[in-house]
Order: sequence, then structure tokens, then C-alpha cells
Amino acid sequence: MTKTLSGAEVARQIGEPLPDAVTGSDDTTVFVRSEAILDAARFLKEYLDFDYLVSITAIDFNDHFDVVYHLRSLKNNYGVVLRTRCDDRQSPSVPSVVSLWQGADLQEREVYDLMGISFDGHPNMKRIVLWDGYEGHPLRKDFILDVPGGGKAT
Amino acid sequence: MTLETEPVVLNMGPQHPSTHGVFRMRVTFDGEVIVDFEPVFGYLHRGIEKLAEHKTYLQNMPYTDRLDYVASMSNNWAYALAVEKLAGIEVPERAEYLRVIMGELMRLSSHLVGVGALFNDMGAFMTPFLYMYREREKILDLFDMVCGQRLTYNYMRFGGVSHDIPEEFMPTLRRFIDDMPRYIDEYDRLLAENEIVLARSKGVGILPAEKAINASVSGPVLRGSGVKWDLRKNNPYSIYDRFDFDIPTGTVGDVYDRYRVRVEEMRQSVRIVKQAMEQIPQGEVRTRVPTPLKPPPGEAYASVEAPKGELGFYLVSDGGAKPYRFKIRAPSFINLTILRDLVMGWKLADAIIIFGSIDICMGEVDR
Repeated sequence: MTKTLSGAEVARQIGEPLPDAVTGSDDTTVFVRSEAILDAARFLKEYLDFDYLVSITAIDFNDHFDVVYHLRSLKNNYGVVLRTRCDDRQSPSVPSVVSLWQGADLQEREVYDLMGISFDGHPNMKRIVLWDGYEGHPLRKDFILDVPGGGKAT
Repeated sequence: MTLETEPVVLNMGPQHPSTHGVFRMRVTFDGEVIVDFEPVFGYLHRGIEKLAEHKTYLQNMPYTDRLDYVASMSNNWAYALAVEKLAGIEVPERAEYLRVIMGELMRLSSHLVGVGALFNDMGAFMTPFLYMYREREKILDLFDMVCGQRLTYNYMRFGGVSHDIPEEFMPTLRRFIDDMPRYIDEYDRLLAENEIVLARSKGVGILPAEKAINASVSGPVLRGSGVKWDLRKNNPYSIYDRFDFDIPTGTVGDVYDRYRVRVEEMRQSVRIVKQAMEQIPQGEVRTRVPTPLKPPPGEAYASVEAPKGELGFYLVSDGGAKPYRFKIRAPSFINLTILRDLVMGWKLADAIIIFGSIDICMGEVDR
């Protein structure tokens, strides 16, 4: 069975080399400051063997976005969730993790396309399922389905 | 005198017989050799993740059928697992066995399509494909018997399956499962050592294990590269810990290995279905759940080993009747990450079989 590492334990380990990175933790999740996400992810990959990036996604909470990384170690069969908060609604961005896991490539582009969060350092940050020139980001909560084009952002 | 040359850009698709759906490959050639490659997709994007936020949990079940429509049962299953995890719903024993039987039949069916289509791409036009469709028809008939549908089953429910199997199902399944190993032998006699197949697929599109892991590849593509990782063994959801089966892996990670892994997985699926048929108990097939279902606020990620790889659903609930966030971790989509690296330096005809060996379904890529 894939073990879920305790968020608090992983947070403690990240905290040793990166004292300012972690903002909180619970049973499964470590919350990290968005500027520190690349360093925290690199630490997890290099020192805790998180070799596999299961998924990247984002959630819109109206006043902020959460970017969620599901990480797994195929070597040790355990997983943890890394989560970061993005407060800027106008031009949200977080550092890209493509340099660590190639698997982030298309997934970060998808998050950018549908949620409008851009990933700094991504080699090819452009829309992926919608076409260039499309206005708005459909997975945002202020994108209204009844209005063609999703309506005006509030 | 020197000849001036320049690279040529060729658009293949979105309408092209080799692209397995509406998928476009933007390929740059230097002579015959591929020097740049860009996958372009989204032609089938229906915004399922957004639509799902406007529907109740149960209303979303039929939408999952339309992701990887060659393997709808697996999609149902993954979604049901995620909701059950979110809401804490138990599944009765009999329903778990039915799910395993359907899930493994689905794997057989999907691999038959995947392998058949790969041979189409290799130039064995339609003959192997139709041999494999012969058996796939029988599986679809079985599903038809269970839920009245041949493609979009909508069979699973939170806490079980929609209804029990009819009386004639088990004898028909028994006949099919007894015959199936013979058919797989037949495909192998025709194809496994075929000289053209070997020449086209051995050593082509090699994906090293380390690269496969780093690119988040899953399913037969990952195992073809020699990584022994299968969620049914490594994270035994449902009741997979009760069955005896092996995880086939490749050695070099070329097109041939990916094809062989799929064939061996078919044999293992037959083994699992056999054991499930012997062990299946009588009893309820569905736990009663409140309608509409309102899971407590929280989030859950659950995944299954779908035929094409790890299919996961990540659900966020705010306590309401509709999911606040509905995210699909689609294996076909993520497996495409590696395609560019695999085809670089090969010729067009090789690129087509490399693409075929990844086995994607556009319904799942575009969502």
C-alpha cells in the first residue's frame, strides 16, 4: 500500500535546510510559500526520493489560488501533497518545476490555460487545449458558463 | 556547388488515420529525419472539469464514460473510488468482485484496441485489428448484458454498482475466459515473431526507465521501460491484494516492449478474472447512500491502474451537492509529455508507430 507521509514530519524535514519555506502542514499536506516551491520540491526530490510527480493542479478559492502537487516516491512507495498559495489574482505566478520533473511540462501548461496561473521558468508557457487568443480561463470561479466567453471577470 | 536546404514543416492531422482521434502533430523535417516535433491538441476539449462543478456528484458519473471511451468502466471506477474516499462510503464484497471483473475485462478490451491499432500503424492494415476486434466484441456483449451499453457503461455507483449481473452472465463469461488464452496465443503466432514487426519495432522509440519516471509516464509505457510499478500491486485498491498475478515488464523500453507488456497484461487479466469468478460471494451490490450526496468539506485523490496508466480523480468538496473542484489526472494526456523526446531523430513512419505504442485516447487527452 502506498504510504502517506505525515505532512508535519515532511514539513519538519524541509524546515531544516529551508527555515522560511513552510507555512503549515496537516496529515497529508505540506503548505509552502510560493516563492520557495522550487527549493522545497528540489529538497523533496533529492533527499526524500520523491522521483515521481503524480499531478499538478490548481483550485480557485475566489480570493486566492492554491496550486497542489501530488508527489510520490516509486522507490519507497510513499506519497505527500505539496501545496502553495497564490494571492495575486491579476497575474498569478509560481516557479515552474519542469527542471526537476519533466512530467510537469504539459500539466503546468494546462493549469495556465484553464486557471490562468503562469509558471516562471517553464520553457513553453502557452495555452494547450484552448486556442491562442482565447479570452479568460474557464476553470476560474468567475468564469460564467451561461455567458459566451465566460463573462467579465469580477 | 553546394545545395541550399531548409527544414520542412509538415502538419499531420487533426484528421489523419494514424493519429487515433483528432490529434495534430506538427513535425519539422531535415530531409526525412525529424528535427522538431510539437503535439497540438484540444480539438475534443469539452471542459468536463468545469461542467462537473455544475452537476451533482452522481450526475457526473456518465461524464467520466466520455473520457477514455475505450475504457469507460475504469473511468467509472476511479471516480467512484474518489467519491467513496471523500464521503467515507463502504462497498459490499460482491460489488468489489464485480468491479474487478469489469475492470479487467475493460483492460483486455482496451489493450485489444491499442495493440490492434498499433499494427495498423505498422502497415498490417486491418487484419490484426479485426482479429482483435472479434474478441473485443465478445467483451462488449458481456458489458451489454450487464448494463445495456456497449461503450458508455455508467455502471458503477458510489458504494457499489448499479445492479447485479443477470443469470446468463457468468456462463458466458466462463466460456469467454476459457477461450481467451487460446486467442492470445493465436495473435502471438501471427505477430510476436513476425519479421516485419520485429524490424519495425525493435529498438525504435527507446524510453529509458529513469526518463520514464521523470516524465510521470504511467501504465504499459512505464512498465515497458522496465519499471515494475502497477497500482494494483503497489497500492492495492479495492480487493486486488486477494489475487495472484504478475506485473509484466519490458527490458529496453522500445515499441516492441510496450506491445509485449500489453499482451502479457492481457494474460494476467484473464488470470485475475478467473480467480474473481471463483471467489465472488452472493449478497448486496450497493450500499445505500443519501441523494443528493453531500460529502463533508475536504479533498480526496484516488487513482486506479486504468489500461492506459494511472487514472486519478482529485475532488474538493465544500460540503455542497456539487464538487467544488473536479480534477482528472488523465494518463493519456500525461503520457504524451514524452512523445517529443521519443520521436526526435526518427523518420515519419517510425514516429507513427512510436505514437501508436503510447496508446492514447483523445477523449481523455482533451477532456
